[in-house]
Parts: sequence; C-alpha cells; structure tokens
Amino acid sequence: MSVLAPPLANHTPPEPDTTPWRATPARLVRNRFAAVIGVLVVWVVAWALFKDHFTLTIGGSEQTPVFDWLRDRSNWVEEAASSGSNPVINFAGWIADIVDSVFSWLQSVFTVAKFPRPLPQIGWLGTIALAALVAYAAAGWRTLALVVPCFLSFGVLGYWDDSIDLLIVTFFAVVVSCFFGIALGVLMAHSRRFSALLTPVLDVMQTMPSFTYLLPFSILFGIGPAAAVMMTLVYAAPPVIRITAHGLRGVSGPVLEATDSLGQTGLQRLWNVELPMAKRTIIAGINQTMMAALSMATIAAYINSPGLGQPVLDGLKRSQLGTSFVAGIAIVIMAVMLDRSMTAAGFRAELAARAGEKGGPFRKVGLGLAAVGTLVALYLSHSYVWANEFPSQPDLGTPLRNAVDDFGNWLRTDLSHLTDAIQRVATDYGLNPIQSLLADSPWFVTSAAILVIAAVVGGRKAVISTVVCLAGILGLGLWNHAMETLTACLVATIAVVVLAVVLGVLMGRSHRVDVGLRPILDAGQTLPPFVYLVPVLILFGPNRFTAMVAGVVYAAPVAIKLVADGVRAVSPNTIEAAEMAGSSTWQMITKVQLPMARSSVLLAANQGLLYVLAMVVIGGMVGAGALGFDVVTGFRQANDVGRGLAAGTTIVLLGIMVDRITTYGAQRASSPASRA
Amino acid sequence: MTIQTTDLPNAGSLAADSGGPALKVEGLWKIFGAKADKVIGTGDQALSRKDLQAKTGCVAAVKDISFEVQPGEVFVIMGLSGSGKSTLVRLLNRLIEPTAGSVVINGEEITSVPAGKLRDLRRRHMAMVFQHFGLLPHRKVIDNIAYGLEVRGEGKAARRQRAQEMVDLVGLTGYENSFPDQLSGGMQQRVGLARALAVDPQVLFFDEPFSALDPLIRRDMQDEVVRLHHEVGKTMVFITHDLAEAIKLGDRILIMRDGEMVQCGTAAEIVAHPADDYVRDFVSEVPKGHVLTLRYVMRPVRPEDSLDGPVMDPDTIVRKAARAALASAHPVRVVENGQVIGIVDDEAILRVVVAEEDSAEGES
Repeated sequence: MSVLAPPLANHTPPEPDTTPWRATPARLVRNRFAAVIGVLVVWVVAWALFKDHFTLTIGGSEQTPVFDWLRDRSNWVEEAASSGSNPVINFAGWIADIVDSVFSWLQSVFTVAKFPRPLPQIGWLGTIALAALVAYAAAGWRTLALVVPCFLSFGVLGYWDDSIDLLIVTFFAVVVSCFFGIALGVLMAHSRRFSALLTPVLDVMQTMPSFTYLLPFSILFGIGPAAAVMMTLVYAAPPVIRITAHGLRGVSGPVLEATDSLGQTGLQRLWNVELPMAKRTIIAGINQTMMAALSMATIAAYINSPGLGQPVLDGLKRSQLGTSFVAGIAIVIMAVMLDRSMTAAGFRAELAARAGEKGGPFRKVGLGLAAVGTLVALYLSHSYVWANEFPSQPDLGTPLRNAVDDFGNWLRTDLSHLTDAIQRVATDYGLNPIQSLLADSPWFVTSAAILVIAAVVGGRKAVISTVVCLAGILGLGLWNHAMETLTACLVATIAVVVLAVVLGVLMGRSHRVDVGLRPILDAGQTLPPFVYLVPVLILFGPNRFTAMVAGVVYAAPVAIKLVADGVRAVSPNTIEAAEMAGSSTWQMITKVQLPMARSSVLLAANQGLLYVLAMVVIGGMVGAGALGFDVVTGFRQANDVGRGLAAGTTIVLLGIMVDRITTYGAQRASSPASRA
Repeated sequence: MTIQTTDLPNAGSLAADSGGPALKVEGLWKIFGAKADKVIGTGDQALSRKDLQAKTGCVAAVKDISFEVQPGEVFVIMGLSGSGKSTLVRLLNRLIEPTAGSVVINGEEITSVPAGKLRDLRRRHMAMVFQHFGLLPHRKVIDNIAYGLEVRGEGKAARRQRAQEMVDLVGLTGYENSFPDQLSGGMQQRVGLARALAVDPQVLFFDEPFSALDPLIRRDMQDEVVRLHHEVGKTMVFITHDLAEAIKLGDRILIMRDGEMVQCGTAAEIVAHPADDYVRDFVSEVPKGHVLTLRYVMRPVRPEDSLDGPVMDPDTIVRKAARAALASAHPVRVVENGQVIGIVDDEAILRVVVAEEDSAEGES
C-alpha cells in the first residue's frame, strides 16, 4: 500500500531553538573528563595497594573447563561431520561440497591444470582478454587501460596463479554476497521491523575483527576454499545490505508518490523506480563489499585458501619478508584496481542512464571488436602454451624480493639502535605502565574502573553492554590476556587519534593538503590489514610493538578522513564570525573547529579502536602475544582449539564493549538532549 | 439578495455522461499520531489543532471536510502552508490513508476499496500533477509520460503513440528523447502534466504544481492549464497557496485554515462576502473590479430609477461593465431571465474601483 510518511513538517513549523546548544554539551564533556580523571586516580591507588593479586593469569598451555567444553563442542562438530548424523552439519557439508566443486571448476578454467590437460583451460592471455572486455563493457576504455597493466603486473611479479586464485575467491564470494545482500537490503528498506531485527546483527558483524571468523567457519565447513568462500561472503555482506537499504530509503519521496499515483504495483515500484534510482548507491555498496571480501579472502590463507595470502603468510612464517612484501604489492595493486574499476562502473552506470544512446554506434563497434578479440585470445590461450603459461621473463619479483631482504638486513644491522630506541621508549613509557594498570590490578578493580568509565562516558545503555561483555570475558577465562590486548589497543588508538586530529585538522583547513593526502588515504583504506604488517615488520621485527604500529597505520586513514570531514563540515558562517571576532589560527582550531567537530573526533576514536583491534589480533602471529596468539595456536594445535575459540569470542566481546562505550559517548556528546 | 453557490461555465455539456458529481467528499478527516483512531467520536474532535496536539499528541491535518465537484469543474483548494491542503488532496486519491469520512469518485467509494481496485482506479480514472514533478531521472521524457500506461500493461507501440500525442499536446515536441534533468522546471512540469493526461483520467489532481516555478513560467503554465481544460474538459482539483492563481483558474474555491474549511464558493462570492477576518485579510489585495460581478454591487430597483440605462447580465465583471456604465447618463439595469433584478449606478462602480485604490494605498 502506498501510504507515505505524513508530511508533518507542513503542519507544525519547528520552534526556533533559542537554547545556547553549544554551552551545555561542552560543559558536560568537561565534567565527564574530570570524572574520568578521578576514576583513573582511584584506580592507580587501588593498583598500588593490590598489585599482582587476583589478576587471573593463566599459563601458556593451561586448560580450563571452559576450554575443554569448547574443544569438545568443536570435536563433536567434526565427528558429526564425519558420521553424517546432524542435519545442520550435513547441510553445511552439502554447501561446502557445492562451493568446492564450483571453485575447483573455476580453478580448472583459470589456474589449475586438470587431467588430462597439462594446462588450465584459459591461461594468462585469455584471462586478461576477458578481464579487459568486462572492464570495457562495464566501465569504459579508461578502466580497460588500468586493468590490463595491473593484470600484467601480477604475472611480472611472479604471482600470476596466486593472484587469479585470490580473484576467484573474491568474486565468487562477492557474487553470492551481493545476490543475498541486495535482497536483504530491499527487505530492510521496506520493513521497519525487519530492519530493527537485522541492524544489531549487522552491527555485531561489522564490529567483529575479520580474524574471529576463521575458527567457526573452518570448523563448520572444513579447512580449505569452501570455508574461505563462505567466510568471505558472510564477512563482506554487511556493507552491501546496509547501503542498498540506505539507497532505497533515499529514493526521492515525490517520485515515489507520483509514480504510486499512477497505480503501480509494489514490484513495479521496486523494479522501475527504486532500484534504478538507487543504482549508483548500490554499486558503491558492492564496491565496499568487494573491498571487504578481498581483505577477508587474503586472510583466509590461514585456513589454507589459495591466493595471494599464501605467499604473504609463508614469508611471515619463514621470516622471508621480501616474499611477503612482493606479494603484498600485488595485493595493493589488486585492491586499487578493483576499487577504481568499481567506482568507474558506478559512474558509467549513471552516465549511461543519463546520456541514453549518446556515443552509441562507436561504442557498439568497439564492443563488437573487443568481443571478437577476446574470442581469439581465448582460443590462442586454450591451444598454445605460450599464451597459457605466463612467461617467466621479464621477472620483477625476484630482484624486488632480494632488494627488500637486503634493505631489511641493513636496517636490522645498521639502524637497529634507532628502531630499538623508539621501540623501547614506547614500550617503557606507554605500553608497560598502562598494561600494568589494566592487567596487574585485581580483576574486580579493573572491571569496576571500566564500568565507571563506561557509565561516565556512555551512560546507562553503555553500562548494560559493558556488564554483559565483562561478564563474558571473565567467564571465558582469558581475563589477563584480554587486558593485555586491550592495552595494546588503547595505546594504539591514542596514537591514531593524535595522528587523526593533527592531519585531519590540516586537511580540513587546507584544500591543498586535502587534495594531496586524500587519494593516499583512499587507497590505504582499501588494503587488507595483512599488507600493513609487512613493512612494519621489516622495520621493527616480530614483537607486540610491531603489531601496534601496524594497527596505527591501518586505522589512520579512516580516522584522519573522519576528522577532516568533520572540520570541513563546520559552517563557513561560523568561521567567518569567529574570524571577525579576531580569533587567531590556534584559537580557531581549538575553540571553534575541533569543538564543533567533536562527534567526528569521537567517531574517529571509535573506528580507530575497532581497526586497531582487528590488527592487534593479526599481530598475534608476529609475536604480539595475548589473545591474538591464543587464536593462532588454536589453529595450529588440535589440543588448543578450545582456547582459540575462547580467545576469538573474547576478542568479539572486547570489540563490542569498546564500540558501545564510544558510540554512546559520541551520541551523548553530539546531542544537546543529553542533559537529562 | 440570494447568493448562487455554483457557477459552472462548461458543466452543461459534460455533466451528461454520469449525472452525479464527479467527486463527492463527506466528513473527511486525517489525524496524524499514534492514537489517531481514538480522537474521532470523542469530545476531542472539537478541539482546536493546538489543543488537540497538547492533549493527545495527535495533529489534525484535515478536519471534517465536505464538498462536491461537478464534472468539468475546476475546483481550487487554497490555504497557507500548514493548512492541510496538500494532505487533503492526497486523501482524495488515498496516497494518504484517511482517518474517517468518505470520498466517492466515479461512483466508487475510494476510502474503502481494496488495494487492487484502488490501483485500477489510479491507473484509469484519476491522475495527479505534483509540486516537485516526481519524474524518473533515468527515463526519457517519452518513457516518463508513458509510465502510467506501462504500469497498466499497455504494449510498447500503443503507449509510445499515446505518449507522443501527449508530448505534442503540452508543447514538448522535439524533446521526447531528452532526460528530465536536461529540461527547465517549466518543461519538466509539462512532462508531469502530460504523464497525468496520458492515462485519460476523469479527475485530475494538481498539488501546487507551479509553486516551484518562476513567476513568468508560472503564468504560462496557468494559461496552459486553462487551454487544456478547454480542450480536454477534465474535472480538476487544484491545490494552491496563491489566491491570484485560485481566482484565475477556479470555478469555485475552497479556503482552508488549520485543517478546516473556512469558506467555499466562487471567487466573486468570496471577495464580496468574506466569511471571516482570515479570508478578508486574504482577499484584501485582490483587485475587486477584476473579480466582482454586477450581482454583488447592484442595489434593489427603486421606483424613481431611470429605465433608460444599458442592460447587462448579473455575471458581468465590474471592470468590463465600468466603461459603458460610466459613459451612460443612466444607471445600468441588471437583467436576469428577462427581469430587472437590480440597478448599478456610477456610484457603485466607482466604489469598487476607487475603494480598491484606497485600500491599495492604505496597505502600502
């Protein structure tokens, strides 16, 4: 039925808001700041008195009843899978079989020789031709000119097969994800109840670090490509669901009303009006989903998924950082290529809708020629070895790998005193005191302090979430490790926020800085977290400091952009008025721009925390210790599966806790209604 | 003196096909809010909008409106923003669900028909032109115009042909293959008009169709509506906040305030006898000589009146009568059905014209 939102605004002209809205929240924030300082002082006193008592530390191989129980569950699933007795497990197994067979078929087409053929059906030439055709048809010749060199670089760097495997996993997952995701987005846009149901689920999914998906999915679908694809498609779905719903809700009310008045059915409305008008937004959602999928598909190397994650991981394991670095470059190229192509495709979709048949005959001829060329390339690739196997020369990968290894050696021998000094200062004066406070205080003191801070910053709702999360963390038995991980996150987040405020203010104030930095940040945001680890590892070697620095680098782009946009959004009228009042630049920043961008800064802190948390976990495998390490050992040793699952869940709980506290805090800081 | 309440220039030829009114509205209510259903039938329904909102949290957008529109009539609903006029027109085609009351179009009780039937009525019997056009940006002009035909399942060739006729009718020939954002506002609204006309509806609704346009374009479009009304003779319900537009287009005008009907009648009636201060304020700037007819300025015949003056119809507009009346030495005799029903002397004519200038000076 076509009942539209009542045009209430017509009937009740809003009362002009005469309350000085800035004064109250500002004072509130100052009071809260004082309260937090008070809590910290009490906490430090309690820490000094009870240090090293009731810290709930746990030995490296110690097993608890909770771990045993979790391990038994995991074993039970495996047994159920092998005996075929449980319908849910059987269903998962059935899906895994389908995914596996589709995947191995795709591999036999692109990358893996299948008996009796000595080579895959289509080699490099056919693949590139196909990619070029798709790029041209969907996004135009400019994108074609971007895609072809990118593909060539995969081969020249020596990772042709791994790159194509990664693309297969990514695209497989994205296609399925978008199919279901767009359908769910449509439902969400049309049903308020469904939206209310799904939103918290999506919230949790987007809060969970990618790493925590590994264990449950590999238990359910078995180690290998099936689990990788399933995990990737689930992990990557939230953006397309959300953005589709958002796009459909944003379709102009007058247009819906006008077309409804002509008597369209619900389906006609969806198909003729809503989807076409939201097309560009939906493509942006698909783009985000694709980036998330690429990131997850890379990490899926942990559960033995083929792709570029493998050489990165191999290099990390064997300390051959050159290998990781070169594979990392291939991932960066792939991320930039996919992002640019999707953006161009979205733009082209808009253009095509607007300009109609403009440029028609030329494009038709071009498409025809491209199709014929692709067919020829496919035939050549299918029939001749030279067009199937990527030539081994030119080879850029080997020299690059060696150069990076040499550089790393030089750093570690000749520059080690510098990097060591940086590391030592940060560890001794930043990391260690905070960690001691969090982890060496009795658990009830730390819990109480966190709760009070949650109450002061986020209010009642935050306290409820915090109580639930803290209880869960305590119950899972990894309290001490959780506090260590939290420490690393907090320190890294402080660094992120400082970086974000400095660079964000610079960007927000200067158009030139913005133009220079933004493309780098955009590209940085599309990269999988894995990639950040490698250069930092080369600099600082494997330890917990490395994971933190990588986390800072990983989280910085999104945080900087948020602050920059917040500063930019300050009304020019206000700036003008402040200038007329004679503000200096410093006063302008500290008294006008930053206070008005307050909620953006808090949001940047929130996003920074979550990104850092994701990275700190990945750092578990390069010596970051604590929860990340527990998860990693959970994979490696069957005996530690229970511990790994407990650690994974603890990470999720930590993530939800800090997310809720900062989100509600940001809401309260930005709404004048928080006085109540 | 009696006031005639209907004044239908072209009702005669069109009323024949169905007999009754084209649109009949009775006791129509729309209340927005959580407990909207519980207001009607209680004492609360008599409260003013403000008191009702304070007491129940509900907003009465449309309160107990009743009127009839004859076939071929142009019926204007006018009021300031917030008066409920846009809500009212959406109740008529049920783009907004009414809280209470009945709307009958073409013998169908709109307020209670099931969804499928309502859709069918919208596809064939009514259409609407919107303030913000509501065009589909991803479709060409011709496909926008054909949209109503498309959703009711007409073949591509047939609907294209019909849409092309509409393109020509509204003067957009040559722009069939443009996209909406390549057209000016006035041209976009012509597309909206053509889209509504394409389904050949009995009733056309206009929701402030020209308020988003420049004044000159607006005048053109008003003339266009007048022309189309003469050519296609549809029944029209026209929403506006502009009294000049209402007077120019409307056979009858319904004035709303705070969801309630304040007055309903012809332009001359409203200008001559405003129902209250609100309406008086509204019409104070209207050039009365352009609106009032002799019926409203004549006085009863007295025995001493000269019977040598010119004879005129009571529906003659004062401005048009002025020259002849003033030129003649004798007062005008107003004759209806062969009988002299009143006298208009120079004094009466001057009162209208001069009072107008006085009030205009007073205002400025």
